[in-house]
Amino acid sequence: MQNKNYTPQGHYVAPLEETPVAAIDKLDESQKARSTWADAWDAMRRRPTFWISAVLILLIVVVAVFPALFTSVSPDKNCLLANSNGGSEAGHPLGFTRQGCDVYARLIFGTQASVTVGLLATLLVTLVGIVIGALAGYYGGILDTLVSRLGDIFFAIPTVLGAIVLMSVLPNRTPITVALVLSIFAWPQIARIMRGAVLSAKNSDYVMASIALGVSRFKILVRHVVPNAIAPVIVIATVSLGTFIVAESTLSFLGIGLPPSVMSWGNDIGQARTSIRTSPQTLLYPAAALSITVLSFLMLGDVVRDALDPKARARR
Amino acid sequence: MSLPVTDAATSRYDSSHEPLLQIRDLEVGFQTQRGLVPAVRGVDLTLYAGQTLAIVGESGSGKSTTAQSIIDLLPGTGKVTAGQILFEGRDLTTLSAREIQEVRGNLIGYVPQDPMSNLNPVWSIGFQVEEAIKANNIAQGKEARLRTIQVLQEAGLSDAGDRLKQFPHQFSGGMRQRVLIGIGLSSRPKLLIADEPTSALDVTVQRQILDHLGTLTRDYGTSVLFITHDLGLAAERAEQLVVMYKGKVVESGPSQQILANPQHPYTQRLVAAAPSLASRRIQAVKTHDSVEGEIFAQGAIDNTLLERAAERENAAPAKDLISVRNVSKVYRIRKQGFRTDELKAVNDVSFSVQKGTTTALVGESGSGKSTVAKLLLKLESITSGDIEFDGHDVSALKGAELLKFRRRVQPVFQDPYGSLDPQYSVGNTIAEPLLAHKVGTARERQMRVLELLDQVSLPASTRYRYPSELSGGQRQRIAIARALALKPDVLVLDEAVSALDVLVQGQILNLLTELQTELGLTYLFITHDLAVVRLVADNVCVMRKGQIIESATTDEVFDNPRETYTQDLLAAIPGGNFEFGR
Amino acid sequence: MLWYTGKRILQMIPVFFGATFLIYFMVFSLPGDPIAALFGDRPPAPSVIAQIRAEYNLDKPFIVQYFLYIGGLFQGDLGTTYSGRPVADVMASAFPITARLALLALVFEAFAGVLVGLIAGLRKGKWFDATALVVSLLLISVPTFVVGFVLQYVFGIQLGWFRPTVSGDAPWGELVLPAIVLASVSFAYIVRLTRASVADNLNADFVRTATAKGLSRRRVVTVHVLRNSLVPVVTYLGVDLGALMVGAIVTEGIFNINGVGGTVYRAVTLGEGPTVVSFIAVMVIIFVVANLLVDLLYAALDPRIRYAK
Repeated sequence: MQNKNYTPQGHYVAPLEETPVAAIDKLDESQKARSTWADAWDAMRRRPTFWISAVLILLIVVVAVFPALFTSVSPDKNCLLANSNGGSEAGHPLGFTRQGCDVYARLIFGTQASVTVGLLATLLVTLVGIVIGALAGYYGGILDTLVSRLGDIFFAIPTVLGAIVLMSVLPNRTPITVALVLSIFAWPQIARIMRGAVLSAKNSDYVMASIALGVSRFKILVRHVVPNAIAPVIVIATVSLGTFIVAESTLSFLGIGLPPSVMSWGNDIGQARTSIRTSPQTLLYPAAALSITVLSFLMLGDVVRDALDPKARARR
Repeated sequence: MSLPVTDAATSRYDSSHEPLLQIRDLEVGFQTQRGLVPAVRGVDLTLYAGQTLAIVGESGSGKSTTAQSIIDLLPGTGKVTAGQILFEGRDLTTLSAREIQEVRGNLIGYVPQDPMSNLNPVWSIGFQVEEAIKANNIAQGKEARLRTIQVLQEAGLSDAGDRLKQFPHQFSGGMRQRVLIGIGLSSRPKLLIADEPTSALDVTVQRQILDHLGTLTRDYGTSVLFITHDLGLAAERAEQLVVMYKGKVVESGPSQQILANPQHPYTQRLVAAAPSLASRRIQAVKTHDSVEGEIFAQGAIDNTLLERAAERENAAPAKDLISVRNVSKVYRIRKQGFRTDELKAVNDVSFSVQKGTTTALVGESGSGKSTVAKLLLKLESITSGDIEFDGHDVSALKGAELLKFRRRVQPVFQDPYGSLDPQYSVGNTIAEPLLAHKVGTARERQMRVLELLDQVSLPASTRYRYPSELSGGQRQRIAIARALALKPDVLVLDEAVSALDVLVQGQILNLLTELQTELGLTYLFITHDLAVVRLVADNVCVMRKGQIIESATTDEVFDNPRETYTQDLLAAIPGGNFEFGR
Repeated sequence: MLWYTGKRILQMIPVFFGATFLIYFMVFSLPGDPIAALFGDRPPAPSVIAQIRAEYNLDKPFIVQYFLYIGGLFQGDLGTTYSGRPVADVMASAFPITARLALLALVFEAFAGVLVGLIAGLRKGKWFDATALVVSLLLISVPTFVVGFVLQYVFGIQLGWFRPTVSGDAPWGELVLPAIVLASVSFAYIVRLTRASVADNLNADFVRTATAKGLSRRRVVTVHVLRNSLVPVVTYLGVDLGALMVGAIVTEGIFNINGVGGTVYRAVTLGEGPTVVSFIAVMVIIFVVANLLVDLLYAALDPRIRYAK
């Protein structure tokens, strides 16, 4: 203040060199141009959580596709009852199950079933949810009413509860049927979210502008509405991949998920329950594998949500 | 240079006393990922008891941040990093959380900007006022309830007693703002901080509320720190002005002196851009080389374009391009139960627009002006009446005819943040209409995009950018470029400059005028802002409750308004009585 | 509010019929013999088959089967278990136990979840928040039955603080450990939801205005931030009931509780199809009704819903 020679309430004019007046509304060309997706990617890759979950997911997928790369021990042959519930020993780092099979090998070979169910169910639910939700929200009318009421009905049956009923009467059970059954009850959630997002995108001025430009209705849906409504669905899809894996393990634990002939973490946990007192490793290792997988997708979902959240974007 | 003496301008203070509020060298910064970003850089201001001081600036100037830092309301990571805020000699920046809580409400009241988001939606109005009264120990128990009613009545809600149990969503914006003013003044504070208290409201409501606020603060002897982007409003309501630009004070002093004799180039610009009743229609001075000529030179992108260009030149000048005859639009609104109510959004509206002219549709929110725009653009269907465009009945258009109509009539919407798809680059946005109508090859479309960017004075590199990287004014230029891509005859500008800062607004209005002269465009200009109308329109239709109540040439409407409503609208223009020094 | 309640009840009716129809349809219209499917690998005695056929009216057309079933529901006939006991009887003895367990779990997840979420939201980015986030992620990613086994093993068997299995009449004290297991996943979701909601509301304009009024920090946080953050939590509780029901099947199975969940668990593991179908149909009906209650609670918390058309 002293240096400004300030007089209260006199007519004060700041020296021009202090605040040079810039051209009105000039475009700052020094910044690099970037799309919202590039922006989101930028935000994601700065987060260590993103890299941790991405590396874990990559590893899990590789294990699921090429289990033989990770172990030379057979998971279900050469099981010796003499080894039943045995602790870790050379060549068998995680010990043995009650049947005397190698826990580590079963863990590696069990990955495929769990990941397949999660991935397949997520793909199905997301695809069906996006299409149904987008059409209902965008075209409205009777279609919307029908789809919404139908969704309400499916929504009234909690996913795993419905799956328990259906799985307990299904004759042959494979990872594909489990994924299908879970999707039947889970699609309304994605459809609802998509419908809501489409409704708000549909009423935006840019859609109005496109109509006035003469762009066809369907093209507007595909080019403007869906790309702007998809973000929340991506977040939910990432997270639900993890929850589907948990759901499959719950069904397997109840004995109505994958049949015992299919190796899966859920089955192994279910079978290990009787021996938890004597050899907790048979339960804890597959449980840990399952939890790490689910955790990876949850963490990825968190990072993706933060990156796509417009409120968080505004704060960057 | 005439300077009418307004009520607010009469001095009611004695400057020999200690100032009530003195801000010295205030610096405020926000912590971000890229370090501390300064928002306020060395601000000084002085306010005496009983005085009203206005901080004027555009968005991002730091005016609200300055106000919020006084009672420690800075959002998120904001922090006062240097300087003093002396209130009755006490430095507020050094107070503990407990002490500043005593100052808030009690000594310094606060009226926020947006009445829609500043009341808690889950509590009743009465609860939210009473809470303030109890917290500041004005009254307790039964007395607090009585005081609540009194506060609300003073704020202009005469039926306050019956409405205490109602919730914010049952109040209109104007009424909510009155509630907020009531809360701010409930404990008779010595200072009231009013942060753009009326910018979300219609002009006539704004005027009523500001008049009322002025009366109350004068009666209570409250000093007011008034934050606004509107120089006219500031000059009308405050005796002292502080002009802020990029976080700094560029000029401060008595309002009339600053308006009459602005010294700093930025203030000069602001004063020059402030629209007022004394302004006249902008005349395009600059004439580019004929753009149509360029199109010919570029080769026939599209034959019909050329034909239309030729048509345009040969057309008789005084032909009605658009005629709207007895148009009504009725919406059915579902009420509770199975009843439906009819809402006549547009009621028997007729007007016509001549080629190459600008017609303004003026009205407040709910007047039906935007609905007329949508009917004309065929975004909504007409209930009765008809709209004729260049001899064709608009409601009968279908298929190829409709497409042809769409390329001739283009909209530019109000919200520059909502009217561009955030996922589309600027280049794709501008090229979209060309693609939709299959005009030209990819290369030709690319050329046209560059040409359009040049027309709206943006560098060619803009085409790689995305809307989120652009300012509101820049986005509105993109919207205009997109609207021009198909060489339309008519632009429907729905509040196209309302959301912009005054300098940017002036710039866009100039651009629109230039383009009109260059391209022979016809504008339908929809706005709530009469001051802007004077700058751009040839004819004005004033709308109220779905009807056109007055229509005439701009000069007639401004010089001899026939209807009382039009007169009220004109009188409500802030700073309308000032003649700015320019 | 009256109008809203009426509207919600009307909307519930098609959902009720739709959901029960869906379950019925899935079980009895699958290709193949439903009896064979219901009993899996262990074909029952011919007398049982005859009884089931009569019970479910399998000789009549499908739609008639459904309406006979619904008609029975309204007369209190919820079906018959595998062993021939009426489901309603089993419900009468099992339901109070499960209600107690669910109530304990709900109280735990709601109170603890909101409290932890509130503190985390208020201290966003600090160590408490970071810990709460990590713990909630871990709880969500570990399946309930694993949490159940581990807690049963550690607290029930190793430390002996709780009984590892619950006795027949399931007193409150013995239900504490199972309730914590049942609540664990929902607790984590509520922590995350409350945290996000609190952090959002802290930045809301009306919170700034409340502060400017001169209210104490405590009052701003409880009356404005927390109160508004409860609205999404309550909506979540509706969805969460479904998860609690599945959780109850698993948890009651692990702790050997004679509640509804335990009954379903044993029926599922023993392959007693008819029992599973009858019980889950009843659970879905409870879910629909409970969601109606949650919706009404939601409207009571948010006047905008209450007064909406």
